[in-house]
Amino acid sequence: MRPLAVVHYTVVSALGHGRAATLAALQAGRTGLARQDFETATLGSWLGVVAGADEVVLKSEFAEHDCRNNRLAELALRADDFGGRVQRAAQRWGSARVGVFLGTSTSGILQTEIAYRHRDATTGALPRSLHYATTHNSYSVAGYVRAALGLQGPAYVVSTACSSSAKVFAAAQRMIDAGIVDAAVVGGVDSLCMTTLHGFKSLELVSDEICRPWDATRSGLSLGEAAAFALVERDAEAPRAWLLGAGESSDGHHMSSPHPEGAGAAAAMRAALAQAGLQPADIDHLNLHGTGTPGNDAAEDKAVVAVFGTALPCSSTKGYTGHTLGAAGGVEAAVAMLALQHGFMPAGLNVQTPDPALHTLYLREPREQRLRAVASNSFGFGGSNASLIFGAAS
Amino acid sequence: MMLHVKVSGIGLLGPGLAGWAGGRALLQAPQLWQAAATVVPAPNRLPATERRRAGLVVKASIVVADESLAGSDLDPSSLATVFSSSTGDPSNCHLLCEALAAPERLVSPTRFTNSVHNAPAGYWHIAAQSRAASTSLAAFDASFAAGLLEAAVQCTATGEPVLLVACDVPYPEPLHAVRPVADVFAVALLLCPAAAGGRGLSLQTLPSASSLTTHCGYPGLEAVRRGIPAARALPLLQALAGSSAADVVIEGLSDMALQVQVAAS
Repeated sequence: MRPLAVVHYTVVSALGHGRAATLAALQAGRTGLARQDFETATLGSWLGVVAGADEVVLKSEFAEHDCRNNRLAELALRADDFGGRVQRAAQRWGSARVGVFLGTSTSGILQTEIAYRHRDATTGALPRSLHYATTHNSYSVAGYVRAALGLQGPAYVVSTACSSSAKVFAAAQRMIDAGIVDAAVVGGVDSLCMTTLHGFKSLELVSDEICRPWDATRSGLSLGEAAAFALVERDAEAPRAWLLGAGESSDGHHMSSPHPEGAGAAAAMRAALAQAGLQPADIDHLNLHGTGTPGNDAAEDKAVVAVFGTALPCSSTKGYTGHTLGAAGGVEAAVAMLALQHGFMPAGLNVQTPDPALHTLYLREPREQRLRAVASNSFGFGGSNASLIFGAAS
Repeated sequence: MMLHVKVSGIGLLGPGLAGWAGGRALLQAPQLWQAAATVVPAPNRLPATERRRAGLVVKASIVVADESLAGSDLDPSSLATVFSSSTGDPSNCHLLCEALAAPERLVSPTRFTNSVHNAPAGYWHIAAQSRAASTSLAAFDASFAAGLLEAAVQCTATGEPVLLVACDVPYPEPLHAVRPVADVFAVALLLCPAAAGGRGLSLQTLPSASSLTTHCGYPGLEAVRRGIPAARALPLLQALAGSSAADVVIEGLSDMALQVQVAAS
């Protein structure tokens, strides 16, 4: 494929608001996770909560969009003047030529979860304060971003669990290549809610401790929330990075467990390399999906070794942000681009004893080094896999 | 920019429409169509255990996907897919919200796993033993238009066939009151590159007022079109049911629609 210019990007997570706060935490090896409660969930686990979401006030014309998910989106539109940069792109191309393709898994379902606690005692009806279409519905976040930025191009949400906001980069690349749009807002937003907090608990995939990807005694993931956006354009004079390739695949194996050999994951990485026209040796660093569950890390390790061998420096950043689910692909795309721009590979956090059964070169200390190409993996329930490759701007 | 693809297979389930094979004649002569609740047959492709676990949106999606492939020699294990739905699995969502509103908050692991929007895609790719690429979209009332655009763009970009499946299922109360969906509607279109055999489609996005939207031209079917997001496909299906060339504008987002020119067959 022709490289696609990433002209701007930002990220809001438990590490802070914007690129600078995120970069500082990654370089210092500082986690955003803390043992804390969320809303009425008192599960005692470590969570990556975005600070300041409760204080966000959306503009009055968007009052019906008000929910935690869209507040995180709003924080990311404000961070690094992302929204302002998109509006300049809309002036350049025309607002109907800018698409909005965003990932989320649970959207604003927290509004409906709360509404179910306040049903009418006689009729069972939900309170009138619930605005389903603009909060709970999966499309809500793309609708909010499109309206808030005054865009008029095609828009949809990709909802493929934890690969959602990686896959939108591939979608935008195809849409621009086909001439449907000239620029697109991509990335994703996912916010903590009862469905995921209690759901992952029911599957026994949540760690009682802070998540420890690639550790021998890792016992599960830590959940987080985030919003991450990137602006991609048909051409650009000074992009911050290039999307070189995107690979997508399915496991076709199980709804909630990865293929044990990582066959689908390996297919996604190979497809990304093929699209980028690169060899495995051309990749300098890989941001793993690396959730910290025993099964996920083992399957991903096999897949990475099958494609790249054991010499490629890898790390997971889930120990910093927690697993931000539908936002994870976007967050980790931002991490990959920060690594390229600033010449460093983040260390994986919380490894006490490296798992001898895993054979990838897992970084426990950061490395400073000029990078040319960084890959990022995102895998989700339903067996959905995506792998992205970003290249340095110059 | 115009996208050119071919339709080489169709699957359909909806109110009074038991499949494309039988529904085609009714779409051509809608005065013969009779309103009746959608009946979703058991999807033969799903093994019995998965059939028990899967929700209605999964079953209806798989039934229409299989109908669209019935006359094709394409191997489903290597076929890329696009699934589109406004609301996913509504009963599952209702039962999860009920459980989470109860003091014990006992969530079933299967119910949580099934809550992902890409559950139909997951079950399909497991049943078809397919590692091909798949995406799952949502765009509220524009979900069918978004899915068709994405599938046509993918088919053009890769030069390979893409199976589009759009399906919507009603919520039970109390969510039905805040998001009324009239009944189950599911449609599958097997899209192939322009050089392949099949019925030609040329697509482009239009900045548009809603007045341009093509209606069904028959009050009963028009009510179905308006009442179910996936049924926004009906005017296109009516054009495909006939043999003449037709120009269809599918309702999209505000300020935008998807225009589809259907070639004569």
